[in-house]
Amino acid sequence: MSRSVVRKATNVIALTLSGAATVAGLICLGAILWTLIKNGFAGLSLQVFTQMTPPPGSSGGLLNAIYGSLIMTAIGILIGTPIGVMAGTYLAEYGRNARISNVIRFVNDVLLSAPSIIVGLFVYEMIVVRMGHFSAIAGAFALAVIAMPVTVRTTEDMLRLVPQGMKDASTALGAYPWRTVVSVVYPAARSGIVTGLLLAVARVSGETAPLLFTSINNQFWSTNLNSEMANLPVVIYQFAQSPYKEWQQLAWTGALLITVAILLLSITARVVVSALQPSRRR
Amino acid sequence: MRTADEMRASVNLAPRPAAVDPPAVEEEKTKITVRNLDFYYGAARALKNINLSLNDRSITAFIGPSGCGKSTLLRVINRMYALYAGHRATGEVLLDGENILSPTVDVANLRFRVGMVFQKPTPFPMSIFDNVAFGVRLSQRISRSALAERVEAALRDAAMWDEVKDKLSQDGRSLSGGQQQRLCIARTIAMRPEVVLFDEPTAALDPISTLRIEEMLQSLREQYCIAIVTHNLQQAARVSNVTAFLYLGEVIEAGPTAQMFTAPRDKRTDDYVTGRFG
Repeated sequence: MSRSVVRKATNVIALTLSGAATVAGLICLGAILWTLIKNGFAGLSLQVFTQMTPPPGSSGGLLNAIYGSLIMTAIGILIGTPIGVMAGTYLAEYGRNARISNVIRFVNDVLLSAPSIIVGLFVYEMIVVRMGHFSAIAGAFALAVIAMPVTVRTTEDMLRLVPQGMKDASTALGAYPWRTVVSVVYPAARSGIVTGLLLAVARVSGETAPLLFTSINNQFWSTNLNSEMANLPVVIYQFAQSPYKEWQQLAWTGALLITVAILLLSITARVVVSALQPSRRR
Repeated sequence: MRTADEMRASVNLAPRPAAVDPPAVEEEKTKITVRNLDFYYGAARALKNINLSLNDRSITAFIGPSGCGKSTLLRVINRMYALYAGHRATGEVLLDGENILSPTVDVANLRFRVGMVFQKPTPFPMSIFDNVAFGVRLSQRISRSALAERVEAALRDAAMWDEVKDKLSQDGRSLSGGQQQRLCIARTIAMRPEVVLFDEPTAALDPISTLRIEEMLQSLREQYCIAIVTHNLQQAARVSNVTAFLYLGEVIEAGPTAQMFTAPRDKRTDDYVTGRFG
C-alpha cells in the first residue's frame, strides 16, 4: 500500500472517530434537553409564577423559590465576583511572578474543583451554627464562595490575553499600574471578564448542595434574609424525590426554568459582548 | 535601466544614502548625555560603558545587528526597563543635566517628558479621541476645550487629522495598521514631551505607511529631540542627523549620518553599513 493511501485512510479514520464523538455528545445533550422540555413544558402556566410552593397533594407554583433563587444568586455574585476579579487582577498583573501567586493559583484550583457540598458544610459551620439557624444570607455566602474561584480563574486568563505591548504603551505614557489596569487592561478584556461573570452566575444558579446546608427551603413567601428561604434547586431536589404527582411536575418545570434562564443569560451576554466589541480589522 | 542603488544591491552593497544631506541643525544643543552607562539583564551585561549625547531638535538613529543593545539603550532613556525585576542600569543618563537614573526621579513624570513609540501599533480599547487624550489627561489638569485643541494639534502633527476628524469617537482599533501607528505617535506627542523615542516604528508596516511615518519624523524633528532604533539602514540614512552604531553592547562609532554611511572611521561600522554582516 502506498504511503499516501495510508495517510488518507488515517485521516478518514480520525475524522470519523472525532465526528462520532461529537454526535454522541450532542445526542446526550439533546436527550436531556428533550426530556426536560417535554416534561417541564407540560406544567408551565401562569400559576407557576404567581403561587407559592404547595403543601403535598395540592397544586401551586414556584414564586417563592424563583424569588429566593434570584435573591441568593444576586447577593452571592455581588459578594463573590468583585473579590474574584480583584484577586484575578492581582495574579495577572501585580503578583505575576511572586511565589505566593503560585500558591494562590493552586488553592484556587482546588477550590474550583472541590465538591460544592464541602462548601455547604463549611458555611454551615462558619455561619449557620454560629447564628443558630438556617438563613438566606448563609446561602448567598455559600454561593459567593463557589462563584469566587470561577471568577478568579477566568479573570486571570482573560487579563493575560491582553498584549504586553498595550500595557507597556500605557506605562510609557506615564501611567501607574493601577491606571493601566483600569483604563486599558479591563476595557481590552471586557468581553472576557463579562463572560467569566456569567459563567459564575450559571455555575451558581444550579447549585443545590451548598443551599441544603445553609438556606434549606421555605414553603412560604419570605423576603427575610435572616431566615430560611425557598430556592429552585432545593425545591427541585425535594419535589422530584416526593411521591406526589403535583410536586414532581413542579420539579420538572423548575428545572426547565433554570435551564431556560441560563440559556437566555448566555444569549444576552453574547449580544451585549458583541455590541461592546468594536469591529476590528485584521 | 538599473538605478545606482539597485546596482549596489546586486553586488551586495547597501544603497548609498539619499544625496541630500539632512537639513543642517542651526544650533546644536545637547538634550541627553549618556555617561559610562552599563546595563544588566540579571548577570548578563547588555550595555558596556556607553557614552553618547543626543541633540535637541535632531534625530539620532541607533543601528546595529540584532541583540546589539540598541533597544535596551532606548528603554533606559525612559526607564521602561524598571518594569522588570533583575534589570538594572549603572552610570548616568542626563536629561537637561539631571540624572534620570537617580532613584529619586519620579518615573511617571519622566515618561511625560520622554515619550516612546513601539514597534507594534498598540491602540487602546477606546475612541480615537480618548486614545490621543490618554497621556494628556494623566499628565495635567486641562479644560475640555484645551484638550480638544491638544488632540487636534497632535493628530495634525501626526498627519492624520483629515483622515479621522469625522470619526473621533470610533474605536482606535478599527483603524488600519499604519493609521494605528500614527495614532500611537499622536498619542505620544499630544503630551508635549521633550524627547520622543521610536523603537523600530515601521518594522510592522507596509512601505506606504513607512514613508508617511518617515515624512512625519522629518517634521517632528523641528520640535523634539528624537531617537530612533531601526533595522532598516536606508531608513536611518534617510531620516537621521546623527547615527550611532552599536555592536555587542558597545557604541562602536557615532557621528553625522552622512559620514557614518560614506566614510566611517571604524572597520566594523563600514562592514555593517555596506551589508557585509548583520
